[in-house]
Amino acid sequence: MLDQSQGYTTEDGRKIGGVVMEMRNITLRFGGVEAIKDISFDIREGEIRAIIGPNGAGKSSMLNVISGFYIPQEGEVLYKGSPRPPMKPYQVAQQGIARTFQNIALFEGMSVLDNVMTGRLTHMKTGLWQQALWKGAAETEETANREVAEKIIDFLEIQAIRKTPVARLPYGLKKRVELARALAAEPSLLLLDEPMAGMNVEEKEDMSRFILDVNDEFGTTIALIEHDMGVVMDLSDRVVVMDYGKKIGDGTPAEVRGNQAVIDAYLGVAHD
Amino acid sequence: MNNRTLGADGSQSVPALLHRNATEFANAPAYREKEYGIWQTWTWSQTREEIEALALGLLDLGVAEGDFIAIIGRNRPYLYWSMVAAEMCGAIPVPLYQDAVAEEMAYVLGHCGARFVIVGDQEQVDKVIEVQAQLPDFEQMIYLDPRGLRKYDHAKLHQYAHVQEAGRAKRDELSKELDARQRKLTYDSTCVMLYTSGTTGKPKGVVLSNRNVIETAKSSSEFDGLRQTDDILAYLPMAWVGDFIFSVGQAMWTGFCTNCPESAETMHTDLREIGPTYYFAPPRVFETQLTNVMIRMEDASPLKKRLFDKFMAHARKVGPAILDGEPVSQWDRFLYNIGELVIYGPLKNTLGFSRIRVGYTAGEAIGPEIFDFYRSLGINLKQLYGQTEATVFITAQPDGEVRSDTVGVCCPGVELKIAENGEVFYRSPGVFVEYYKNAESTADTKDSEGWVATGDAGFIEEDTGHLRIIDRAKDVGQMADGSLFAPKYVENKMKFFPNILEAVVFGNGRDECTAFINIDLTAVGNWAERNNIGYASYQELARHPQVMDTIQSHVEEVNASVAQDEMLSGCQVHRFVVLHKELDADDGELTRTRKVRRRIIEEKYADIIAALYDGSSSVSTETEVTYEDGRKGSISATLEVRNAAVQAVAQKMAAE
Repeated sequence: MLDQSQGYTTEDGRKIGGVVMEMRNITLRFGGVEAIKDISFDIREGEIRAIIGPNGAGKSSMLNVISGFYIPQEGEVLYKGSPRPPMKPYQVAQQGIARTFQNIALFEGMSVLDNVMTGRLTHMKTGLWQQALWKGAAETEETANREVAEKIIDFLEIQAIRKTPVARLPYGLKKRVELARALAAEPSLLLLDEPMAGMNVEEKEDMSRFILDVNDEFGTTIALIEHDMGVVMDLSDRVVVMDYGKKIGDGTPAEVRGNQAVIDAYLGVAHD
Repeated sequence: MNNRTLGADGSQSVPALLHRNATEFANAPAYREKEYGIWQTWTWSQTREEIEALALGLLDLGVAEGDFIAIIGRNRPYLYWSMVAAEMCGAIPVPLYQDAVAEEMAYVLGHCGARFVIVGDQEQVDKVIEVQAQLPDFEQMIYLDPRGLRKYDHAKLHQYAHVQEAGRAKRDELSKELDARQRKLTYDSTCVMLYTSGTTGKPKGVVLSNRNVIETAKSSSEFDGLRQTDDILAYLPMAWVGDFIFSVGQAMWTGFCTNCPESAETMHTDLREIGPTYYFAPPRVFETQLTNVMIRMEDASPLKKRLFDKFMAHARKVGPAILDGEPVSQWDRFLYNIGELVIYGPLKNTLGFSRIRVGYTAGEAIGPEIFDFYRSLGINLKQLYGQTEATVFITAQPDGEVRSDTVGVCCPGVELKIAENGEVFYRSPGVFVEYYKNAESTADTKDSEGWVATGDAGFIEEDTGHLRIIDRAKDVGQMADGSLFAPKYVENKMKFFPNILEAVVFGNGRDECTAFINIDLTAVGNWAERNNIGYASYQELARHPQVMDTIQSHVEEVNASVAQDEMLSGCQVHRFVVLHKELDADDGELTRTRKVRRRIIEEKYADIIAALYDGSSSVSTETEVTYEDGRKGSISATLEVRNAAVQAVAQKMAAE
């Protein structure tokens, strides 16, 4: 089993570091509905961590707890070793957490480049007036940030649509632009909410490639939710399985695949 | 080394030209590449520094004289530099088609015994690794883009920038050796080896010497008055001889700037931004651009559409004459100038052709309408005829003598003769040295006096001296009644219709001609959209009755036109099918330069050909297809066989 305090080495030889984020006995309720029931797990530095489960298992709620959007009624979230107080979204971003959304939340009227540039906001220091006049520090800052944005555009191979308004793009490309915007924030923890939903096989392969490359190239820790079991098993280092708000499995893809509770949750059990 | 006398006749090698340019045009742009959204520029002196650093690094890696260095990737300055650096080291650069699958690469890499491979990115690295077991000579690989390669075993892998760094670090130690090797380069040492795409059999390695490349670059640059300030866009495959001559040969000779696009998808944007002054494209590119313009004009507002139609009609009337400097009435000239202001100018700008002084098309016949369209806009588009074995140039059209049905007059220094069977032979300073490790083919192609068989049948027009090409000599055959069969001639006529992407005509030794046709998905798809015709796939659109009707009318028009030609009137197409899949290089049906491989197609679709001749009205077939990643699948379909009306020929002959 995994060493609790130290990191571990993956099958393909990547070194995974210590715990970045830890969920301790999280319970989340909406009125009388318990969306998450007493779940604990951790995310380690440099790993690709997947959360899977059937529809309504509470995966998206879990991601929202990780991102700080939902505050659980019970349990605590430890980020880099210390308990995390309730935060505003921009504070979460400043902490180095970025995310994409299941149903794409881009600025439709803006160009791809502008959308990616919004991901750089937390890295910009100059004020409104300076930026409006575009003098001195504002100019240097924009140039520097544009360079980062362009490198990400290059990385995700979306140069050809740099100036295209997002509204005109097909779904698969929008997903990629959203990933670009999240990456532009240079996050230490990247949360992906169903990055492959609604894609065809080719788009899924591309997206998987990009996720692996991001992890490899920038060393970004990635937590993702995904439906497609094949993709999850190929991509992730460790998997949390949820069903009806409870954790029913946690481990490497191979361990999870052999877990009877997981098999039952996906295939159903005969009630006799 | 820099004190060597270099000049018009002193430059004996491409590296020597580089040194000349680095001195004479030190601060002029030599290469540009768009990266991270900005055009990055290297001057000639910077270029020399980069190339030397790489050459030193290659020496450090152990490159020996006479080694072959394969180069695989999209057009990037770094890869052009690799070719020159290889020559500096006394090695021979061998550019490969980057979209070739691993197996095709294995053949070429194995044939030349490349010890070193320089590649663009992970995709190419993977392909070489996949086949390295078949390559006993392969030793080291250098890659440009490190992305995704971090975890690879680096025992045989080096990053391009690191090789250059190592070269710079050891400059003092190695530069003597590098100078010595460059001094040994002569006019007759090998400059590059290019593999032919191979319409038949395995690719052949064409060895070109410095003499071939420099003499050709020199005479062709003078022919078209190319200048040091010219700009070209390098976007055609690096393995193709044309790209080598334009982006290395002529660029080194005249010192103009080679611009590399950001990626294949951004090519058109980059073309607009650069606005090249010297431009080459195969007919297909011009066709696609024209189709796109026409499609977009269909969607324009009525006023714009009317203006466009009116001024384009005027341009067709007087544009080519104005371009050729022929007398045109004051009023027509005035109207043309207005048109330039409101239509032609903006259109050329959109296409990226605003600054073109010399434009060429070659490789295939271009439709007269397409050709005239561009010329009427004032774009000096011309045709040339050439092949790898001639270091491109055999004939070209001089300014003022441009026509769509000839390929021009002999280039400076080229001699032509037509054999009895109609095959075209040439002799020139550009004639290749040999096919590498293939003396037999060399002897078959080039005789002792240096005459080279082109494999094309053609004739020289008596009054103008222009060469006209009919077809590939080996494809020219006879119909059962003894009349001439020239499939390409008919296919080209069909392909001039925007709806038809590809056509293959059969009929050698038979009573009648028949044809396979591929529809052009862009043009036909747009038509379908406009007419509210739904379709889910290429296959479905291809067999739509209305599409079939349209294609039939095109075939019948072609028949009417073919019937006009006394020699070839027997080649009218009696029956045809619209194929259920696009002919594809990945399936071996086309070459990488998109030429039809007849024999393979005949074998693969023997069942359909049989149906074309046995009178059946439809045929069921199943075809294996190869996907881009090398996996295979199959498509099955039932194709409708259509009859096309043909013009009576016998009467005409009787009338004579």
